[in-house]
Amino acid sequence: MNNMVSALWAYRGFVLGSVGREFQSKYRNSLLGAAWTILNPLAMVTVYTVIFSSVMRAKLPGMDDSFAYSIYLCSGVFTWGLFAEITGRGQNVFLENANLLKKLSFPRLCLPVIVVFNATLNFGIVFGLFLLFLLLTGRLPGLPLLGLIPVLMIQITFSIGLGITLGVLNVFFRDVGQFFVILLQFWFWFTPVVYPITIIPEHFRGLLMFNPMAPIIGAYQGILVNGRWPDWQSLLPVTLLSLLLCVLAIRLFRKRSGEMVDEL
Amino acid sequence: MGSIHVNHLGKAYKQYFTRWSRLAEWLRPFSGVRHHSNWILQDINFTVQPGEAVGIVGINGAGKSTLLKLITGTTQPTTGHVEITGSVAALLELGMGFHSDFTGRQNVFLTGQLLGLSAAEITELMPQIEDFAEIGDYIDQPLRVYSSGMQVRLAFSLATARRPDILIVDEALSVGDAYFQHKSFGRIREFRNAGTTLLIVSHDRQAIQSLCSRVILLDDGRVSKEGEPEAVLDYYNAMLATRQNQMVRQHEHEDGRVQTISGTAEAQIDDIGLYTAKGEKVKSVRVGEQVELRVHVVINADLPELVFGYQIRDRLGHVVYGTNTYYLDSRLTQLRRGERITYSFTFLANLGPESYSISSALHASNSHVIANYEWRDLSVVFNVVNIDSPAFVGTAWLPPHLECSRG
Repeated sequence: MNNMVSALWAYRGFVLGSVGREFQSKYRNSLLGAAWTILNPLAMVTVYTVIFSSVMRAKLPGMDDSFAYSIYLCSGVFTWGLFAEITGRGQNVFLENANLLKKLSFPRLCLPVIVVFNATLNFGIVFGLFLLFLLLTGRLPGLPLLGLIPVLMIQITFSIGLGITLGVLNVFFRDVGQFFVILLQFWFWFTPVVYPITIIPEHFRGLLMFNPMAPIIGAYQGILVNGRWPDWQSLLPVTLLSLLLCVLAIRLFRKRSGEMVDEL
Repeated sequence: MGSIHVNHLGKAYKQYFTRWSRLAEWLRPFSGVRHHSNWILQDINFTVQPGEAVGIVGINGAGKSTLLKLITGTTQPTTGHVEITGSVAALLELGMGFHSDFTGRQNVFLTGQLLGLSAAEITELMPQIEDFAEIGDYIDQPLRVYSSGMQVRLAFSLATARRPDILIVDEALSVGDAYFQHKSFGRIREFRNAGTTLLIVSHDRQAIQSLCSRVILLDDGRVSKEGEPEAVLDYYNAMLATRQNQMVRQHEHEDGRVQTISGTAEAQIDDIGLYTAKGEKVKSVRVGEQVELRVHVVINADLPELVFGYQIRDRLGHVVYGTNTYYLDSRLTQLRRGERITYSFTFLANLGPESYSISSALHASNSHVIANYEWRDLSVVFNVVNIDSPAFVGTAWLPPHLECSRG
C-alpha cells in the first residue's frame, strides 16, 4: 500500500499534467477557449434554476420558496454527475489506455487517479457556479455548508472503490461495462434526485436502505435546501461500504494488474 | 550499476477453453484449471554485466519483444524474475504518450514525466532536447503538424535526454532520415562508451556487430545460442536459410574463429582461394594489388539454377563489398549432377591494411534466403598489407590525386 502511494507521489507531475491536458484538450482550437469551461455548466445551472422555477413553476411539497425545487434538483443532479463520471470513466480507464499500459512501465494507479481529479475539477466548476447562484439569491445555508466536505469525501471514496473494481473487471469481462451503463440508469431513477422521497409509496421506501447513494444525495439536499446538518448516522453504512469497496478494489487490482496487461 | 539478471524467466498467455471458463475459474478457484498456457518464453537465463552491450536476435515471433517488455516491467513474468540495478531507459515505442493537439514542448514535459523525469529535470534538459532533435521552431507547434520523422526525432531526443545506466533498444536504431540515424546511433555509442549497459534487439547485423560484445539468439522462446557476435550472427544467418532440411555446422577455424557452414548441399564448394596474377595462392595481399578469387564448385543434384555470391568482410564482420553472379548477369541454369564449375573473379584489392574474410554462398535467384545450397563463412581469410603505398587509414583504398596551391 505504502509503495503504491509513494509511486503515485513520484508521478504526481504526470498526474497533474494529464489532468491539465485533458481539461485543456476539450477546448483546444475553439475560438472562445477557456470560456467554454464556464459556459457549459452555466447553461446547466440556468436551465435547472430559471426554467424549473419560473417557466415550469415546479414546487417542492412543503416549501414556499419558488426556487426550492431548483435547488433540490441541482444539489442532486450535480453530485450524481460526479458519481456517474468517476464510475463511468473509471470502468473504461484501463481499456482506453491499453496502448500506454502495454508499452510503458509506470504506476498504473495514475490512470484512475487522473479520472478522479478530472471529474472533481469539472464538478468543482459547476458546483462553484451553483453556490455562487445561491449566494447571489441569498439562499446560501450558513455553517451546515461545511457538511458538504465530509459527504463529498464519502461519495468520492465510494466512487473510487467502485470505479477501480469495475475498471479491473471490465478488462476481463467486457459485459461488466455494458451492464453498469444500464444499472446506472436504473440506479439514478431509484435515487430521489429528480423527485422528492415522499413520492415513493410508503411500503417501497424501505428498499432505499439498500441504495448507498440515497443517503448521500439526501444529505446534500438537506444541507442546500433546508440548511440542515447531515444525519451522520444514516451515512455510516455507506461509509463502511466505501472503505470495503476500496480495500476490494486495491486487492483486485494488485492481484490482477499483471494479468490485465496480457488481456488488453 | 546497470546490470540485468534474468533468472528462469518464462511468460505464458492464458487461453481459456470457452468464454465462460475464466468466470468459472475466478468463482471456483479450486475446481481445476480451465485454460491452457501458451508459452512465449521459457527458461531464459542470462546476465548482462555493467557496461556490457548485448544484442538479441531471432526471427519474428521468437519472443524478443516480450523479453524486453518483461525486462522493462511492462509485462509481468509467469515464472522466474528479472533483477535490475540502475536506471533504465527504453526505446521501445517512440512517441508513446504524445498527444497531437499539444506542442512539442508541452508533450516533452508530460511524456518526460511519464518516463519518470521530474519537471525540474525536464526544464533543465529542455535546451539539450531541442538541440538534439533539430526541429527548430516546430517545438512550439502542435504535434499534428509534425512529419512522422520529426515526431520520432523529438521522441528519441526525449528518451535519451539523460544517460541511463541501462538502455534498452528495440529496432529503434533506424529512426528518421539517414542524417538522424547517424546521429542517434552516435548517441547510443556515446552512452556505451560512458558506461551505459546496452540491450539491443535488431535485425540489423551491422548495428549489432558494431555495438555489441555478445549476442543472444532466441528461437521459439528459448535461448538457442549465446556468445561472441560474429559466431552467433553467422549461425542466425544460416538458420534463416534453414527453414527446410538444411543442416548448420559450426567449427573452429584455424585462427580460432568459429566458421559456420549451412545449406542443403545440392551444390558445394570443393575449393576456394585467393590467387595473385602469377597464379600463386596467397594469404597476404598488397594494397591495390590485382587478385583472383578462384572457386571450384561440385553439383550434387540436378539444379534448375545456380548463383554464386561472396562478401568481403572486415575484422568485425562488416561487409566491405559483396556481389553475386546474379547481379553480374551470369547465373547458370539446368545443371546436371556431377558437373564441376569454376568461377574466377579478378579484382584489385583496393582495401586498407587489415585482416579480411570472405563468406561465400551458393544459391538460386538473387539471395540465399529461398534456396540455400551452401553458405560458408570464413571461406578465405587474408590480410591486406601496405608495403608501397603512402600511409592511410580505413578499409577502402581511394587514393586521391592531390593538387595544392599556396597564396
